[in-house]
Amino acid sequence: MTDRELLELERWTERLVRRARAEGLDFYEMRFEVVPADVLYSVGAYGMPTRFSHWSFGKAFHRMKTEYDYNLSRIYELVVNSDPCYAFLLDGNTLAQNKLVVAHVLAHSDFFKNNWRFAGTSHFMMDNMAAHAERIARYEFRYGKEAVERLLDAALALAEQVDPHPVGPPSKPDDEEQEARAGAPARPSTPYDDLWELDRLLGPSPEDQSRTPATPATPRPGRRPLQGRAVGFAPPGREAGRRAEGQRDSLPRPAGARRHPVRPEKDLLRFIMQHSEYLEAWQRDVLAMVREEALYFWPQIETKIMNEGWATYWHAVLMRDEELGEAEALEFARMHAGVVQPHRLQLNPYLLGWKIFQSIEARWEHPGEEDRTRLGLPGGQGREKIFEVRQLETDVGFIRNYLTRSLVEELHLVTLVRRGDEWQVESTGWQQVRDALAARLANGGIPVIVVEDGDYDGKGELLLRHQYDGQELDLHHLERTLPYVFELWGRPVHLLTVVEGKQTLFSYDGESHQRTVA
Amino acid sequence: MREAGFVISREDWSLHPKGRLDQARHQQKVKEAIRRNLADLVAEESIILSDGKKVVKVPIRTLEEYRFRFDPGKQRHVGQGSGDERPGDVVARETGGSAPGRGPGAGDQPGIDYYEAELSVDELAEMIFEDLGLPNLQQKRKPELVSTGHEFNDVRRHGAMANLDKRRTLMEAFRRNALRGRPAFHPITPEDLRFKTWDEALEMQAAAVVLAMMDTSGSMGTFEKYIARSFYFWMVRFLRTRYRQVQIAFIAHDTRAREVSEQEFFTKGESGGTKCSSAYELALSLIQQRYPPDQYNIYAFHFSDGDNFPSDNARCVKLVQELLACCSAVGYGEIVNSRYATDSTLMSVYGKIDHPRFVRVTIREKSDVYPALRAFFRRQATDLAAAAMVGAPAGPWR
Repeated sequence: MTDRELLELERWTERLVRRARAEGLDFYEMRFEVVPADVLYSVGAYGMPTRFSHWSFGKAFHRMKTEYDYNLSRIYELVVNSDPCYAFLLDGNTLAQNKLVVAHVLAHSDFFKNNWRFAGTSHFMMDNMAAHAERIARYEFRYGKEAVERLLDAALALAEQVDPHPVGPPSKPDDEEQEARAGAPARPSTPYDDLWELDRLLGPSPEDQSRTPATPATPRPGRRPLQGRAVGFAPPGREAGRRAEGQRDSLPRPAGARRHPVRPEKDLLRFIMQHSEYLEAWQRDVLAMVREEALYFWPQIETKIMNEGWATYWHAVLMRDEELGEAEALEFARMHAGVVQPHRLQLNPYLLGWKIFQSIEARWEHPGEEDRTRLGLPGGQGREKIFEVRQLETDVGFIRNYLTRSLVEELHLVTLVRRGDEWQVESTGWQQVRDALAARLANGGIPVIVVEDGDYDGKGELLLRHQYDGQELDLHHLERTLPYVFELWGRPVHLLTVVEGKQTLFSYDGESHQRTVA
Repeated sequence: MREAGFVISREDWSLHPKGRLDQARHQQKVKEAIRRNLADLVAEESIILSDGKKVVKVPIRTLEEYRFRFDPGKQRHVGQGSGDERPGDVVARETGGSAPGRGPGAGDQPGIDYYEAELSVDELAEMIFEDLGLPNLQQKRKPELVSTGHEFNDVRRHGAMANLDKRRTLMEAFRRNALRGRPAFHPITPEDLRFKTWDEALEMQAAAVVLAMMDTSGSMGTFEKYIARSFYFWMVRFLRTRYRQVQIAFIAHDTRAREVSEQEFFTKGESGGTKCSSAYELALSLIQQRYPPDQYNIYAFHFSDGDNFPSDNARCVKLVQELLACCSAVGYGEIVNSRYATDSTLMSVYGKIDHPRFVRVTIREKSDVYPALRAFFRRQATDLAAAAMVGAPAGPWR
């Protein structure tokens, strides 16, 4: 972009910002950075302008850059969820392209600011990540690049195994538990104890338990009864770390000093960070940083379709109302068409999200007979309703509540399964499609794996359990991820899952894998 | 701009090298992964047959970022069809390792489980040859200084106009004019002129010859010939890249041996019985005629399936010993095709030769070619000194 174009973009953005506000969009202060392609791709690969170094980011950068260089695909923009909100525009875009991108980006910023899932994310993550990068670089200097890379390899392999929706208190640090076991002062009760108790009662599904009467999932006698109460978890490092340094050789611990998560714990990364006896303080610190960053990105994983749909909806609306020259109008139309182009046999989140928002607006504005009677919609609430949806839903609810039969039919959505080497259409029924999609999006599309026992078999080993919901794990990946868990836990690790209908225990002891069918 | 709630800026990002640095680290890890797989790659057909020009694609399984994930092949996906699909229709097919975008999936890419690294045959060769060298290399005669060309590596104020360094001359003129307050490239005065000057790049001639012998008799099947040729393919490449002055003589034999061109050696198939001694005889006579041992480091390598005329074996042992007397190293590689594994004849008789410069290798499968290369071109610690003395690894002598 030339300087003259930049000035025009500035004038145009000023007008656009005013109009977007008038339409009800409520976004953070914006910082638009016009950057060359390799900076844009570096931000894309790292997810942030400054983040710690790891080869996997280099790999992503390389792939994005190559695709750009060979004109296979291009990213037009990147937005960082922060306050002020940073948006990176590609210098190589035409003025018209960047105009559309600015409209798109304002809606992303509005989404970050208003969707409930983002309410807990740090607005200063850019600074946090820059600080993380510096701290990790210092560890590299002190403990060696190799050691840090090895740790990061393991930490990043588990970065998705966090709990973005903690409901109860986290599993307590060691001391407190031991204290409790030793008959420490009674805990104050809270009004929520009965709720925490539900977790235990509903926790692992009764089905699973009945299927595996002999598996370690069943509570062993002598285990302390569950007591719920809110406990702040101690920051990692500090005492836990110091203790671990001296304790490396003290395993196995004497009987009676057992330590478990009080109930299956979903936040694997935190559990390891707190309870691994093997890690040193700096290593716990790195895990904490990786975990914090993973939690920051989590809402974006959970709202991909909504967020892109919202931005697409708004660039379409704002552009439609602009008075444009013929050439520019054509360029916008072409670019918009490219964004919402269907991908054969895949879902285009921009298209799907945009269509759903449009459909919601239409239904609430001009409800049909059925919506009028069944939902009692009075009409005229279209705009209001989409703002409410963008605030209160994540992708799972968005699909489950608003993907209608007519949308499934209009977009020709189908479910697909693999049989042998072939991908077959399984169903074209709208409910099957809706349910399959919602199921795929659950937990961000990531398997839920919980820590079942941090002292499995009384030997300080780690037992994980995959909460099987009908979708089987990728065993090739599973057998290569377990060694990373071992790397962090320092003792043999086990994972219980279902393979072809059978409960199967995968174990890794540092040297070899073992597979036991229950 | 504050009240408007936005700022547009364009900054200098040229000092933002992180992506490139991590990319370099990734590339380095790819290379490490390739290095671990060298044994398989060395005998890779697509490389041997590529004429050394092509870029090869190397499947690397280790650079996948592993995590707990669902098996994409067992998941129910949702995709967008064209409207005329019916349940049961086949809409896509996996072909080998599927490429991005071919398989269906909600935004993800099922089925890709390896990363393909591209690298040129030269890069691969560089890794294969990394710690290989000619063993027992010795100084055979006074090093000859050989001029190999000119290197421009200095700038002076005087010189031939043909060697005028125009860029530097203009810079000088600009600087001088600027000092006088009128920054411009004109006028140019004689004191602005700068000339490039050169050194002669001198290099030591490494006097070495490799006698490459291959059994091309009828018993050498496609596999055996392929193995022998892939070994020699890399050997020739290795010698040509590392040692500028190494000569290679190609000897093919069945019951008779003859010296052949490189082209013939690598392409022609023959047939007939086997008399390995014929090759050794020819090698010895070549040494006598062309490569006097006091002037050359001589290396004799022979590949065969070991299926020799039994009556010839004793003679082979005798000739190998004669070769050992005048060669820096003698290598014998026996290619055993497991399908007709018999008690080998030649290898068993060679088993009795106990000589530090005699190297024996048995090759059973493709991945044994790389260890064979390493066995034959194992550079010993003591060789390094000798190599430096002779200036063996090609490079300008200063």
